[in-house]
Amino acid sequence: MRATRPVASLALACLLLALFVGAWQLSSSTGLGTAAVADPEYAALVGAAAATGGQTPFPSPIEVAARIWEHITDPFYVRGTNDQGIGIQLAYSLARVLAGFTLAALLAIPLGFLIGMSPLLYGALNPFIQVLRPISPLAWMPLALYTIRDSSVSSIFVIFICSVWPMLLNTAFGVATVRKEWLNVARTLECSALRTAFRVILPAAAPTIMTGMRISIGIAWLVIVAAEMLVGGTGIGYFVWNQWNNLSLADIVTAILLIGVIGMVLDQILAMATRAVAYQE
Amino acid sequence: MRRPFVSVEGIARRFPGVSGAPPQTVFADLWFGIEEGEFLCLIGHSDCGKTTILNILAGLDHADDGAVVVAGREIDGPSLDRAVIFQSHALLPWLSAEGNIAFAVRSRHPDWSRAQVAEACRRWIDLVGLSAAAAKRPAQLSGGMKQRVGIARALAVSPKILLMDEPFSALDALTRGTLQEEVNRIVAETKLTAFMITHDVDEAILLADRILLMTNGPEAKIAEVIVNTLPRPRTRHDIHHLPGYYELRNHIVDFLIDRSRRLAGAMPPEWTARAVPEVRPAATAATRHAAESAASPRRPA
Repeated sequence: MRATRPVASLALACLLLALFVGAWQLSSSTGLGTAAVADPEYAALVGAAAATGGQTPFPSPIEVAARIWEHITDPFYVRGTNDQGIGIQLAYSLARVLAGFTLAALLAIPLGFLIGMSPLLYGALNPFIQVLRPISPLAWMPLALYTIRDSSVSSIFVIFICSVWPMLLNTAFGVATVRKEWLNVARTLECSALRTAFRVILPAAAPTIMTGMRISIGIAWLVIVAAEMLVGGTGIGYFVWNQWNNLSLADIVTAILLIGVIGMVLDQILAMATRAVAYQE
Repeated sequence: MRRPFVSVEGIARRFPGVSGAPPQTVFADLWFGIEEGEFLCLIGHSDCGKTTILNILAGLDHADDGAVVVAGREIDGPSLDRAVIFQSHALLPWLSAEGNIAFAVRSRHPDWSRAQVAEACRRWIDLVGLSAAAAKRPAQLSGGMKQRVGIARALAVSPKILLMDEPFSALDALTRGTLQEEVNRIVAETKLTAFMITHDVDEAILLADRILLMTNGPEAKIAEVIVNTLPRPRTRHDIHHLPGYYELRNHIVDFLIDRSRRLAGAMPPEWTARAVPEVRPAATAATRHAAESAASPRRPA
């Protein structure tokens, strides 16, 4: 790929965004429903749009922007259990993701180390890993709710189970593929098993392990939204579903944008950590 | 029988046959010794098991038969006393040049303080002329500089024996020559016992006290031991003017081109694995030259 000027890329990105928002504005301002006459009492009960048989119009960009601004300026309000600021909901989701991810890392990295070092263990555990890995994490949810009996802990478990596999497999692969000559160096220097593990194998496998962690956090952030839609209560997933029940599309769009931004930030943090441990051969 | 400092006693290496074929013997019944302070080179074609022999000496590989005895003890694994300079330099790429050497220093002296380690590193870095590049990672170093770090790392554990597996074969001719002379100087100064695998005839003549000539595999054997009688110190600049140099060189080249293959199947009847014949092509030639010049005082024009 040829190097391009970042200014040009940025200008093009802004142009594309302006085109998209413009098209959105145009389509939302023309698509007005017919104002049919309805029983005012029925309208008061189910809402004007439902009473006339029409649809709630999709919010225009300006309405969404106004809603985003409201959320950003007041992210942490609490007005009862079903009406809390978007910042609080995101914080709940983030806390669950980080808890599940950390637990997964604490298990997956040492276990992956052992699997990578021992072909016997690899052979013994590989069938289990291959069967468990493709299971949708949400399929575990009923079992988690049945055994744990706590919806919040259950969603942490779901995050744990979905983020454990990439870290486990990448750690095992990274450890198993450490160059033989580096291990030979450690052997000729009479390094202890512990010193070899921490001073040779860990730095050698670190970029692969970090890549696994990066994949894991991405998956965890995808799954938390779905998990919270299921268990409800708190979290950004619950917020999205609650606003769908409220037919508040502007809130949903806001949440979607913020989910994207936070996912990107999480990914970039792990990408930075990956670069920090990367080495060139 | 008196044992040399390093005594290789009847080692063999076999690989299991693929799909029912009989096992392949790379080499068997190999006997040789290295005296303390001696520089021994092993020359042979690829796949005669040279690297395997070095790995067995290093303790990284095991022999299927026989044993290696160092200073009266049979070895059973790698040791800090036997340092290896790897062909591919094998530096740890996430550490700087200094970090790689420090890793070795700390292996030998785990109780040393940070300052002591740093001081020792500086000494080794200076010795191999890398002061300007100490903080660089291996990826930023040229091939020759990487191998200098490899040499410094091997020396930094103060070994008794230095094992080298074609250490300069990946370098360009100019760098190779410089490094050969530095190894020559360092080994002479430190009085290390050295064992080097090479396929470079000039390298062997420059560095070695004795040269083992190995026949082609499978079932490779040490056909001859050449005693290098060329006087030390030798340098690349004048070694080829020494009397007997060309006879020595021709003898080895002839062996590599022709006899290594011919002898592979059938060793002469007087040859035995435990007492490989020694030859001194350079000394024989030098005496003949001296005799000729004594017989005819006036040199032919």
